[in-house]
Amino acid sequence: MTGAVPAGPGTRPEVRPRIRRRTPWPLAAPTVLGLALLVLPLVALLVRSPWRTLPHVLAQSTVLDALRLSLVCATIATGLALVLGVPLAWVLARSEARGVRLLRSVVTLPLVLPPVVGGVALLFAFGRTGIVGRWLDDWLGVTIPFTTAAVVLAETFVAMPFLVITVEGAFRTADQGYDEAAATLGASRLTVFRRVTLPLVRPSLGAGAVLCWARALGEFGATITFAGNLPGVTQTMPLAVYLAMQTDPAAATALSLVLLLVSVLVLVGLRDRWLSAGAR
Amino acid sequence: MGVRLEGTLARGGFRAELAVEVGDGEVLGVLGPNGAGKSTLLRTMAGLLPLAVGSLRLGDRVLDDPARGTFRQPEERPVGLVFQDYRLFPHLDVLDNVAFAARCRGLSRRESRSRAAGWLDRLGLADLAERRPHEVSGGQAQRVALARALARDPELLLLDEPLAALDTRTRLEVRTELRRHLADFAGPTVLVTHDPLEAMVMTDRLLVLEGGRVVQDAAPAEVARRPATPFVARLVGLNLYAGELERGTSTVRLDDGGTLVASTEAGTAGRVLVGLRPSAITLHATRPDRASTRNAWPGTVTGLELLGDRVRVQVGGAPPALVDVTPGAVAELGIEPGMPVWLTAKATETDAYPDVVTLPT
Repeated sequence: MTGAVPAGPGTRPEVRPRIRRRTPWPLAAPTVLGLALLVLPLVALLVRSPWRTLPHVLAQSTVLDALRLSLVCATIATGLALVLGVPLAWVLARSEARGVRLLRSVVTLPLVLPPVVGGVALLFAFGRTGIVGRWLDDWLGVTIPFTTAAVVLAETFVAMPFLVITVEGAFRTADQGYDEAAATLGASRLTVFRRVTLPLVRPSLGAGAVLCWARALGEFGATITFAGNLPGVTQTMPLAVYLAMQTDPAAATALSLVLLLVSVLVLVGLRDRWLSAGAR
Repeated sequence: MGVRLEGTLARGGFRAELAVEVGDGEVLGVLGPNGAGKSTLLRTMAGLLPLAVGSLRLGDRVLDDPARGTFRQPEERPVGLVFQDYRLFPHLDVLDNVAFAARCRGLSRRESRSRAAGWLDRLGLADLAERRPHEVSGGQAQRVALARALARDPELLLLDEPLAALDTRTRLEVRTELRRHLADFAGPTVLVTHDPLEAMVMTDRLLVLEGGRVVQDAAPAEVARRPATPFVARLVGLNLYAGELERGTSTVRLDDGGTLVASTEAGTAGRVLVGLRPSAITLHATRPDRASTRNAWPGTVTGLELLGDRVRVQVGGAPPALVDVTPGAVAELGIEPGMPVWLTAKATETDAYPDVVTLPT
């Protein structure tokens, strides 16, 4: 053995012998078709975009208004979902009270409910003649429907369950041994929640918030039913896209591109830190 | 003063009936097989489990008394618990882990950290202050967990198999050190273990739990010399036989066959246990001269095991026995499994004592 120099790590790229095995066609064909179904529309959007007039279209005040409204409302809705949804998720995960399972189903209902139905339901609750809205109108003179507040409410209604189920799962799988350890060190339940439980589920909190924000940003059905389509007040990007399709397809494409860009940014943000950590 | 628990512990379908008292400065070892109720005892003392019946007092305070409707939450008890798996908070560095209790008491971050730094100094952990728990070794994590529990200024210290997660070499090191820290602690300490050496070396008194009952409560040396149950006898490596002392004699008729002539204290009668050290038994290839020893019986070698510089021979017979011999004797006698042998033991080495435990079988 004359030339037997031990190859340390890094001295030579590791070559791993691989056996190439074909994917059987009953699996390969649907894979290709499925991918095409997902990717083709996006490609078409890119191909047909009016790139030259894009800056002009995007500079229109209605577009900027819609974009700003969308971002602001989605962010407020996410904030609201965090403030209300995280404690809710904790109770769902940790409470031993009866009826919690039923509560969990109620919370996740908006996930499967057609958003338009959600919008109608919101009208019956907070509309001028709704069961709560009537009192708000009579006593406080507050009217919610067809205002920006209605947009936020509709988005929160639809998007909060995404946050709740993500965070609830994390609370449930988080090692309660740490909670016990904290309690033996003198931490009250609230302190345990603040200083131990919440930091431990932070990755899932981030993932849940991003999912919630993205869902709120794309909200259409509940918003148009409950908040209407008033430019500058309740007309968010998805509504603007829909309206533009009727009159100015080029503008619709431009708006869609912006939303696509935002989605891609969300994915990039989620990719390393949150998706991988949240899935653990 | 000290801690006093008397009552029924319940966890799932498991129940344990216990009376435990530990004085200030005393280290009580709790020894027993898995499922004996050792961890349940600690969890009940820490307030992670409520007592089903009875009362738990620390000093002159009642921590738990279901009949009176008193239950102090774990965070309201001045109790430090070192978990078997340490449970250091992964999102905090070592310093903040140790500062946790002070922060919970409402001290400022700065003050808490400076106190924690004092504890780290005392336990020789100062260099690790900024490490995360996953960046320290097992022995270090054990010390951090101890520092974190002590930083709470507990009046009762509970340790759940503190060395079980360590490798053999580290265990030796940490054991010596832990013993020193326990000696410094002024309040009562309860140390759960299943390691007999740990129990012998680190504790002042041993409580042997089996099946949710206290089967022995004595000094470690006493437990080693006169174990109350086969479990403890096995742990300390003693042959243990249950039997009946024949009235007016020193002959014990053993439950599983055979008789032994034993030395007994005056007044011993009825049910007894007979303890016989493996090194107190001698093996012979042929029937020995009857005059020399009182106890001689035939058996068959069933197995051999090398233990350091001795060989432990398992011998079947009435009664069966573990016998320690030198490797030289094994060669000389040609001991091998299946070989018929004679066993002898002096009556003075054969210790019979009252059997106070009757375990449900």
